[in-house]
Amino acid sequence: MSARTPLSKRILALETSTETCSVALLVDGVARQRSVPSSNGHSEFILPLIRELLAEGGLALPALDAIAYGSGPGAFTGLRLACGVAQGLAFGAGLPVLGVGSLEALAWGSGKPRIYAALDARMNEVYFAAYVVNGQEVQEVLAPGVAPAESVARPEGDGWFGCGSGFSAYGEALLRRLGPDLTGFDAAAVPDALAVAQLAAARLEFRPGLDPFEAQPAYVRQKVALTTAERLARGGKS
Amino acid sequence: MLVLGIESSCDETGVALCDSEAGLLAHALHSQISLHEEYGGVVPELASRDHLRRVLPLTRKVLLEAGRELSDLGAVAYTAGPGLAGALLVGAGFAESLAFALDVPALPIHHLEGHLLSPLLAKDAPRFPFVALLVSGGHTQLMRVTGVGQYELLGETVDDAAGEAFDKTAKLLGLPYPGGPVLSKLADQGKPGRYKLPRPMLRSGDLDFSFSGLKTAVLTLVRDGKVAATDQADLAAEFQEAVVEVLAAKAVAALKQCRMKRLVVAGGVGANRRLRQKLDEAVRKVDGRVFYPELELCTDNGAMIAFAAMLRLRAGLAPETDAGHAFSVRPRWGLETREG
Repeated sequence: MSARTPLSKRILALETSTETCSVALLVDGVARQRSVPSSNGHSEFILPLIRELLAEGGLALPALDAIAYGSGPGAFTGLRLACGVAQGLAFGAGLPVLGVGSLEALAWGSGKPRIYAALDARMNEVYFAAYVVNGQEVQEVLAPGVAPAESVARPEGDGWFGCGSGFSAYGEALLRRLGPDLTGFDAAAVPDALAVAQLAAARLEFRPGLDPFEAQPAYVRQKVALTTAERLARGGKS
Repeated sequence: MLVLGIESSCDETGVALCDSEAGLLAHALHSQISLHEEYGGVVPELASRDHLRRVLPLTRKVLLEAGRELSDLGAVAYTAGPGLAGALLVGAGFAESLAFALDVPALPIHHLEGHLLSPLLAKDAPRFPFVALLVSGGHTQLMRVTGVGQYELLGETVDDAAGEAFDKTAKLLGLPYPGGPVLSKLADQGKPGRYKLPRPMLRSGDLDFSFSGLKTAVLTLVRDGKVAATDQADLAAEFQEAVVEVLAAKAVAALKQCRMKRLVVAGGVGANRRLRQKLDEAVRKVDGRVFYPELELCTDNGAMIAFAAMLRLRAGLAPETDAGHAFSVRPRWGLETREG
């Protein structure tokens, strides 16, 4: 549960779980964001964008309260980039870190009250989760999972608004599955760093951030390869 | 100047601190062998995930061991390639952002440059110029090295790397992961010569290598049922002998071609006992000497990256870096094309 953005926190946030590289700076209630599309990884953009934002905001890293990063799920390499950069910056500047889920950021950024977030997970699957935004609070009603679009978990009740690339990649299957519980969808919505910054700021009111070495991505998809025994059991080679 | 070095190109996370006056101060390594064991090989995604878990704790560890603070760092060096793209990106992202936060340069270093300069960290270090034999699971190359940043490729494998051939052959024989070291241990118990394996490209007249045919020859013997369990050691010994003979012969040929007396050996296979024996013998015959890195620095490690960066800084050859810390990794990257 998170309250609406308090004005007192100074947060740098990074979101690179999709093909958008997004960086935001939240200082005393003033938000700045840079987002660039980049299909070839985000490593050439992320630090220059951060430098730009800090310069515009007129402050250096040590003046921040925390570094927030989009923890996922999403593209594995992108998740590691945001997390690794958050670790490096926070470690170097002596700051705590905070991870914010990409599906949650998607929900918060939508401005809708009941959100079914779905991101393309490749391999014929989607990452999904459902949230209720109640004025000042974001409540998770369906924890992030990964499944083929035709068998994603369904939250109770109706009036859900769909968000994210899952609706462009597997729109038909998702609509069949969620059917009348869905009021509409925005397949072009992407999780952005501003949402990550705002959610992190709210969370920092209640609890401290993490030591940077504790920051890790939330991959959700854990099974990424078959063991030798599994390959043999399937009639494959060792 | 104090340089932090970070290596994450494959399945080992290495971090080290090198000082331009005092040399290597501390290095720490985490090997992922047990992580990949049940998969029978390196799983790139799992390797990348593990690098991200290890790189920061290892960095803390070396700072603590050396009794230095982050604020003492003058540069952060990292392996920018060649290697697994995702794995490289973990080290690069962490290193670049740490350098950004500390307002010091981030230095992208070539993995093989780290290896071939690592013998200079030993107590008995070679002087330039020398011939370097880089021999590992990913590479088999002969280079002419005339100074820091001055590397000329003399020859390389046209197919499998020597270490790769060890690993694949071990797998054919049903040996446990990681196969290479297990195979050479087995070879120590066997006699070469009972089986006859080819010595690929021994007389090719150039300095290139080929090892995939050896693996195929072993496969044929195994398929034809000519290798009983009790014969495995002899076959392993013959295989090792074949690889080692070719490596030694070409290394000596390279010394002759360059009119040099010093051979430097680097990379994981450089820890192979039989290879060292054979190289020492062969090079002694031409009045030369062989130099090795300390045994613990034969595998991938952060020390060689910090050290290569330090030598480059000292020589005024720091790699070009972007002031805004835009960075990228180079999974495929020839050392020779590197500009001084």
